[in-house]
Amino acid sequence: MTDKRLDSSTPDEPSGFVRALDERGDATVGTVGQGLAPATTRRANPVSRLIGHPAFGWIVIALAVALPFINSSAYAIRISTDALIFIMLAVGLNVVVGYCGLLDLGYAAFFAIGAYTSGVLSTTFGWPIVLTVPFVIVAAVIGGLIIGGPTLRLRSDYLAIVTLGFGEIIRITANNLDFTGGPNGVYGIPDFGDFGDYRADIATYWIVVVVVGLAVLASSRLGRGRLGRAWRFVREDEDAAEAMGIHTYKVKFAAYVTGAIFGGLGGVLFAVHQTAISPPSFNFLFSALILMAVVLGGMGSTPGVVVGAVIISLLPELLRGAENWRYLIFGILLIVVMIFRPQGIWPHRTDEKPARGGRRRSRTDATEVSQ
Amino acid sequence: MTNVLEVKDLVVNYGKVEALKGLSLTVGAAETVSLLGNNGAGKSTTVGTISGVVRAGSGSVTAFGKDVTNAKPWDLVEMGIIHVPEGRRIFSRLTVHENLQIGGYTVTDGKAIDTRIKEVYELLPRLAERRNQQGGTLSGGEQQMLAIGRAMIAAPRLLMLDEPSMGLAPLMVAQVMDVVRSITEQGTAVLLIEQNARAALKVASRGYVLDSGTVTIEGSADELRADPRVVEAYLGA
Repeated sequence: MTDKRLDSSTPDEPSGFVRALDERGDATVGTVGQGLAPATTRRANPVSRLIGHPAFGWIVIALAVALPFINSSAYAIRISTDALIFIMLAVGLNVVVGYCGLLDLGYAAFFAIGAYTSGVLSTTFGWPIVLTVPFVIVAAVIGGLIIGGPTLRLRSDYLAIVTLGFGEIIRITANNLDFTGGPNGVYGIPDFGDFGDYRADIATYWIVVVVVGLAVLASSRLGRGRLGRAWRFVREDEDAAEAMGIHTYKVKFAAYVTGAIFGGLGGVLFAVHQTAISPPSFNFLFSALILMAVVLGGMGSTPGVVVGAVIISLLPELLRGAENWRYLIFGILLIVVMIFRPQGIWPHRTDEKPARGGRRRSRTDATEVSQ
Repeated sequence: MTNVLEVKDLVVNYGKVEALKGLSLTVGAAETVSLLGNNGAGKSTTVGTISGVVRAGSGSVTAFGKDVTNAKPWDLVEMGIIHVPEGRRIFSRLTVHENLQIGGYTVTDGKAIDTRIKEVYELLPRLAERRNQQGGTLSGGEQQMLAIGRAMIAAPRLLMLDEPSMGLAPLMVAQVMDVVRSITEQGTAVLLIEQNARAALKVASRGYVLDSGTVTIEGSADELRADPRVVEAYLGA
């Protein structure tokens, strides 16, 4: 009704409303209506200020390196190494799920590919572990190409199902092939080398600390670069990202293969640490636990994912006192955390700080615009 | 004058449905051309095909003298053909500033991106005020401005706007059209897809009316405004 009254005139004789629009002058460009008011910046509480401090990461690394001097019991070293390897997997999966938004339910497949490649090459041919690493990377990339190639053209739900199947295929294949040892798996996998006076498990622990530390650093840097930005855009809106000139397929592929390499290298560490690997280690539950570490910690946030991985891998150990109840308590705790902190324990900040140079630059152009 | 964009006898099928049945149109340099039509006339299919999202059945699309009928979206963006999709499609969880930065994804010169972002902030001061707000918290009009601003960062030579007035109050429609006008004045060719014929014909120099996949009426904006069929169907006599 209202429209009719407004638009009742012919186009040659605009209505009063249209005339008013025409005559309002040209000073109003861009001053469109009111959105929500700018959010007030919250004051950071002391805890988040502490953990946000640049030195915090170094303190954590120093503690990790110093652990054998604090508690050198075989048990402490063992569960810490497990936790570190789990961190490696979680940051790798974080690239795929957290950065790029590709739901991968079979991530343990790459872990298995890495562990088996390294284990088989080192036991059958007697190669040192370090020499198997390039082959592990190649195998992981090939695995990523085989599974990612056809499926990354699909959207998330399909990818989730296909990766789920892929995870199972790898495990069942390992269970049935001869050179992988069938259900017995591969055993007698050597250490990284001979470290003389040092205890072998502590030497392995230190190597794992270094490798995982580098992996965490690499994944966090990847997330902030040009590629990382493209991943985030694809995650937020694939179509719009494409309209902005992002080669979405290539970018998704890069995320998937990066995740595969992280998983494969995690497998190498696992093989050395366990000295024996067998198919049940790579079941669906394991993929789900890695995914849980990512979601629990905060998707797309490197520190969050590290915290999530530590919790997921150490909590069952800390709950040993609860005997048979420990997995029930573990599950309940996870549910409680997800209800009260659905964004994760340490979520990715949306108001990401630009790089130091960038921050200065944006401050200057803010003042110029406001003139 | 060479044409920025030439579409010739374009046919597009969605399965058995013929969305475009031999559509032809041209956009000249620094010209604003409006594409009008009802829902389902094939407007969005047309831009979709030009920008490489939809596959053409037959016919050809030529941009800047090069055949781009089967080009991929990212290649077209490199060529300076930017598509602002229907429904704005801004990144609602990223800040205004980040949204603008993504517009420069294909631009390798960081300084150029910064200058252009500054230009966009000058053209659209409201965005500068809200640079650190999440895109999703902006009003519809601001989101549309952001979508257009984001496209401008890539320094388009041909800008395709798919229904920028959708869901906006009349006053904001006029403001969006003002922005479109100033973009044309900077020398960018614009293909403006609209339902709002009144607003579109005010900024466009020429126009095409689409009906069931073909061009039924074409002419200058003044001719279209005076055409009784356009008046009846779109302008409401």
